Amino acid sequence: MSKSAIAFTGTKEQEKELKSFISAHKNDPGPLIMIMQEAQKIYGYLPVEVQEMISKGLNIPMEKVYEVATFYAQFNLVPRGKYHISVCLGTACYVKGSQKVLDALEQNLKIQSGECTADRKFSLDSCRCLGACGLAPVMKVNDEVFGKLTPDKVPQILSQFK
Amino acid sequence: MKKTVKKSVAKKETAKKTASKKVATKSKTSNKLLNIKINGVDYKAPAGSTILEACRVAGIEIPTLCYLKDLNEIAACRVCMVEVKNARSLVAACVYPINEGIEIFTNSKRVVESRKKTIELILSNHRMDCLSCVRSGNCELLALARANGVDDTKYQGAKTESKIDDSSAHLIRDNSKCVLCRRCIAACTKFQSVGVIGTNNRGFKTIVGSHFDVPLGDTSCVHCGQCINVCPVGALYEKTDADKILDAIRDPEKFVVVQTAPAVRATIAEEFGAPIGTNGEGKMVAALRRIGFDKVFDTDFAADLTIMEEGTELIERIKSKKAVLPMITSCSPGWIKFIENYYPDLLPHLSTCKSPQQMFGATLKTYYAEKVAKIDPKKIVSVSVMPCTAKKFEIHRNDQSAAGKGIPDLDYTMTTRELARMIKKLGIDWNSLPEEEFDSPMGTDTGAAVIFGTSGGVMEAALRTAAEILAGKKMKSLDYKEVRGMKGIKEASYTVKKGLTVKVAVASGTANARVLLDAIREGKADYHFIEIMCCPGGCINGGGQPQVSGHIRNTMDYRAKRAAVLYNQDKSMKLRKSHDNPDIKKLYKDYFGKPGSEKAHHALHTSYVKRNWT
Repeated sequence: MSKSAIAFTGTKEQEKELKSFISAHKNDPGPLIMIMQEAQKIYGYLPVEVQEMISKGLNIPMEKVYEVATFYAQFNLVPRGKYHISVCLGTACYVKGSQKVLDALEQNLKIQSGECTADRKFSLDSCRCLGACGLAPVMKVNDEVFGKLTPDKVPQILSQFK
Repeated sequence: MKKTVKKSVAKKETAKKTASKKVATKSKTSNKLLNIKINGVDYKAPAGSTILEACRVAGIEIPTLCYLKDLNEIAACRVCMVEVKNARSLVAACVYPINEGIEIFTNSKRVVESRKKTIELILSNHRMDCLSCVRSGNCELLALARANGVDDTKYQGAKTESKIDDSSAHLIRDNSKCVLCRRCIAACTKFQSVGVIGTNNRGFKTIVGSHFDVPLGDTSCVHCGQCINVCPVGALYEKTDADKILDAIRDPEKFVVVQTAPAVRATIAEEFGAPIGTNGEGKMVAALRRIGFDKVFDTDFAADLTIMEEGTELIERIKSKKAVLPMITSCSPGWIKFIENYYPDLLPHLSTCKSPQQMFGATLKTYYAEKVAKIDPKKIVSVSVMPCTAKKFEIHRNDQSAAGKGIPDLDYTMTTRELARMIKKLGIDWNSLPEEEFDSPMGTDTGAAVIFGTSGGVMEAALRTAAEILAGKKMKSLDYKEVRGMKGIKEASYTVKKGLTVKVAVASGTANARVLLDAIREGKADYHFIEIMCCPGGCINGGGQPQVSGHIRNTMDYRAKRAAVLYNQDKSMKLRKSHDNPDIKKLYKDYFGKPGSEKAHHALHTSYVKRNWT
């Protein structure tokens, strides 16, 4: 994953909040993951600018932060959009063609799974089983579930949010 | 002269070690012996040993790949898996501690098949261009594959995507050959405390790289090459100008001069099958002549010159009340990059002397061109053979062209390994080479210069000269044994005359350098002079030296054997003090005037830049 194309919009307040959290916890045993979680809570994701604050704050190499950020699925390197779309690629949805739905979303939004549109309106991801296999294939837009999807239905659903 | 060894900051290093030993007590040394059984035979082994260590004591080798003693004990590669009676699954011998009555099987069918399959799976994601690979001949994976009779085509399928990274001045990373053993990461992080590489992503997508996948050249890498030294395969190797050097030799218009660093003679013979600790100086000189260099000179000459310049600078700083102390050596370009990146506030502590390599090049293209050879310096091609990859960065630094703009002090540099490859490529039979001597005058050296190649050597050489000048008389002993040896940090103080005790410290490996630098920052380092070499043990273990396989690294201190070559040579020499070198005296008389003169400053000194770390 390379540096996000989306401009960093962090505020002075956010920076202050993160830095005070780092100074309060930097001497705790193994503080890195906890600090990264807090940083993600503050900023929503961990762009290079935020990882650099953590690296300098803890006096550890940038790579140490990046290594952890790219290992754990809980950390995002790109921001979440106003509408976060998550397509289920679990077994039931997959055999019912959810990959084609994801492809259609990628085409329509002109982003890849795991990315965010430049206007930060939509972000796209996949997940494993939402527990709604009877409606397969399904996806979520924020907390709203859409079932029995086909690629044709994608533009119409997206237009509700545009 | 009184010699006392004091321990203050050095305690820190020891303290750190004790702390880590305490943690490891369970898995490390203990006097208690346990009864164990290996492959049906009874043995006794110290409590706290791992299976691997216990088997080694019993004379039974378990193959390993990722394991490096005290550096990388992480059970990543799964090659060392063995069977333990009543254990649910196979266990990794490199980390599994023995217990009383343990029964270990290192060659059961289950173990042998697992080992074979593991190697086959590693090979399935390894680009095999063994015929042209730079590590062909000393690849640890190839040796494992051969020893275990694997089928290299058994598993065919997807390969992890990767790009070649050639952004850095000194090395190429080809992740298509990487086996994810993480030795390079351990070397970068633990030896050097640089840590610009790590494992990015997870699972099949895991690759070794830098933060946000920026090219290595854009990180605060210090170019030390320790990662190359520990790589078991051909995923990391130095960039080479070997073909350009040979083209220059073939060009009749060019006058191609080579210099060889002190540490190269201590290791080059290893590349031709000689045991570690063989001095290859004579054959190396003969080989360089046969390659076709017009003059074969010795960086030792410039090491003596460095002592004259650096020693003078030190004496001036000690005598002056205002000067910045401690003064720190500036011979090691990896170390220079390290302090520029991580401790730019301490740059005034660095000696302004160029490294011996650069002093040599500067003297070659000024004094030698003008006064000795009487040729246009533009026609000279200045080449060095170095134990070092950071030299590839150094030759392109600013302010390294004493003879004028566009006339660099050094045109090309190659590592010990590259020279060995060149010798082999040109069909020069090492074993039948005679022993020859360096050309004069820039091949004249002293024992002080020879020991520059090992940790503590620059310090000892400087003390031999500085003590005599400060005391105003000859010293009885020339051996400063307190600064010798492979310890990461060494401290000593020497009373050179009444009322003047010189306090010194020596560190190698930039992780150890950090301890001294932090002490300076805190105002706790009252030394006069500090020697720092970037690589652990100094240049004899430089990033351009012959690669030592994991098996040898784990079972002997190869660095001490290499250092012994240099100390033995020093002991056998008539001239052992830099200021006794007759050709250095002549150089000052005919050209530079005196050490620290304006002319010398222009050609032999430099300045440094502040950088950032990532």
